[in-house]
Amino acid sequence: MPTRCYHRSADKIKTSEEKQMTDRRQFIQQAGLLASAAAIGGLTPTIARAQNAKIRVGMMLPYTGTFAALGTAITQGFNLAVEENGGMLGGRAIEYFTVDDESEPSKATDNANKLVQRDKVDVLLGTVHSGVVMAMVKVARDNGTLLIIPNAGANAATGGQCAPNIFRTSFSNWQPAHPMGKVMYDKGHRKVVTLTWKYGAGEESIESFKEAFTKAGGSITKEMYLPFPNVEFQPFITEIASLKPDAVFVFFAGGGAVKFTKDYAAAGLKDKIPLYGSGFLTDGTLEAQGASAQGLLTTLHYGDGIENPKNKQFRYNYGKKYGIQADVYAVQGYDAALLLHGGLNAVKGSFGDKKALYGALEKVKIDSPRGPWTMSKAHNPIQDIYLRRVEGNANQVIGIAWKALEDPARGCKMSAA
Amino acid sequence: MEWLIQILNSVQYGLLLFLVASGLTLIFGIMGVINLAHGSFYMIGAYLAFTLSSLTGSLWVAIPLGIVLAAALGLVLEWALISRLYRRDHLYQVLLTFGLILIFEELRSIIVGDDVHSVAIPAALAASLPLTETLSYPVYRLFISAVCLALAGLMYVTIQKTRFGMMIRAAASNPEMATSLGLDIRWIHALVFAAGVALAAFAGMIAAPVSSVFPGMGNQVLIVCFVIVVIGGIGSLKGALIAALLIGFADTFGKVLLPDYASIAVYLLMAIVLLFRPLGLFGRA
Repeated sequence: MPTRCYHRSADKIKTSEEKQMTDRRQFIQQAGLLASAAAIGGLTPTIARAQNAKIRVGMMLPYTGTFAALGTAITQGFNLAVEENGGMLGGRAIEYFTVDDESEPSKATDNANKLVQRDKVDVLLGTVHSGVVMAMVKVARDNGTLLIIPNAGANAATGGQCAPNIFRTSFSNWQPAHPMGKVMYDKGHRKVVTLTWKYGAGEESIESFKEAFTKAGGSITKEMYLPFPNVEFQPFITEIASLKPDAVFVFFAGGGAVKFTKDYAAAGLKDKIPLYGSGFLTDGTLEAQGASAQGLLTTLHYGDGIENPKNKQFRYNYGKKYGIQADVYAVQGYDAALLLHGGLNAVKGSFGDKKALYGALEKVKIDSPRGPWTMSKAHNPIQDIYLRRVEGNANQVIGIAWKALEDPARGCKMSAA
Repeated sequence: MEWLIQILNSVQYGLLLFLVASGLTLIFGIMGVINLAHGSFYMIGAYLAFTLSSLTGSLWVAIPLGIVLAAALGLVLEWALISRLYRRDHLYQVLLTFGLILIFEELRSIIVGDDVHSVAIPAALAASLPLTETLSYPVYRLFISAVCLALAGLMYVTIQKTRFGMMIRAAASNPEMATSLGLDIRWIHALVFAAGVALAAFAGMIAAPVSSVFPGMGNQVLIVCFVIVVIGGIGSLKGALIAALLIGFADTFGKVLLPDYASIAVYLLMAIVLLFRPLGLFGRA
């Protein structure tokens, strides 16, 4: 997705540094008091103190730029789950440390290091952009800090770069696109053209779709790519019209998704060559897409009209608290908090025994609004992928495209945590 | 047939790029100001089209209103900020106009939000012309091309054939001499800057129905506009038109013929042109 090199977080960091200086001064004073108190009364056991202390949660998410809305939704989902647990996770209160990552990979390592080394967070939560998340993965692997990924789908995070301390509550890029290969074959399509941006999420999605579609017996007429985040689709639409495939599969998101579906419909192709996509094609953008998206089929791990009590309650509470409809990103943030809560509960809220904590996190069964799911061995959700159809302003779930789909976690060599 | 349509795609994309780049080359060529915020004005135009057309219910009402607002914004910016930079180094201009990008993006985020929006194509132009049995061409895209051509002609006549155009050219080629002959340079600069802003905003407004309206849209356009200005020769409208069409062709056929290298097609074109004509196609020392 487009990245911007804006420097708004610089002044935030400065103010938090200033704040830290005063904190440090207070700390020295308090430490002096504590030391004299300890000299008189003897020290309280350190373990008990550590467990009463607040959990230090480092939120590294985009709050400006193209993905600002996603970062906000994830944060709100997380906060809602915390609030439903009485302001605590695993029986402990929370202290937040927040960094705006601006979806800027070049600053990602610094930002993650600030949270890990300066703020000494117990758990790092982030982020949306795949490039940024891979820097966070590196920092988490180097420092052994617990990392929970609430969106970015880079396969490697729970694939080649998987680690005992890295968990994901969203999806791998492989997951949402894979079931569509089967769905499209079953609809009778045999020759398909694919189109996406030439970048990580796009290429990984197409690769996964292709794997399933060719395995079912279909063939890819042509794989087309355009540079990211270019939105001049006209040459490709002309080419699709002259190739006349049975159907088209695309991966686009955000502004590009809106422009593509509109261009595709305006060229008169929508009714002649059916268009399919990974769910991000129509998520959060339906109002802008209007008629151009009506009837499109997409696959994703969430959708509108999932009939379970948890989802109903979640959507009601979310809407009441924030005044907007919950989306897939809010669910992923919500689940990140549920995961942490479940794991910490099993180890009495202690980060002391890492092995026990990671083992507990692996075993948590998440009662998610998307439907219950569990962690794979590589720490990625094993989850149902829904088939959705655009109806009005909703991605109406019309069935389960693939039950309990597990990412193949290629290249993941993790000794048991 | 497919090739003819791809040529049409190239020309249509090139003409739209020209509309955005023309304001940039005017401001650069006549006032010597590097305006990084030009993409922001394009974005502002698109958001104005979105906001005003939802308020008034018609893009035809939104566009003239938007042009007036954009020109007014240009006048205020020129008076308050840009006019202080004419005698300064380009670095100051880059710094200030980069700051403007940040401010405009943040204001956009606060006022309209970060969602993607779209603007409806006016009913009169919503039709499509069938070109082949599967492909049709939206009439609105052809309309955009026609408008861009008309504006290119209008700009040419204004600058080359009218008295006001003569003053602009005089102010550009020798500001001291023009001042001593009694021209009010400050006023000319203000008008040119306002016109540049209005052109970019107009491009954003007229493109909004086909491009949709989203955060960061200006930055995408900005880079390719600078490429056009450099290829065409700084300050040359004719150069900008030809360069924009060349870019349209390079981009379209790069995507079709060399998809793996499509992202560099445009820059390769720039490198080749600069190799043989370091000042651009129509640049003058």
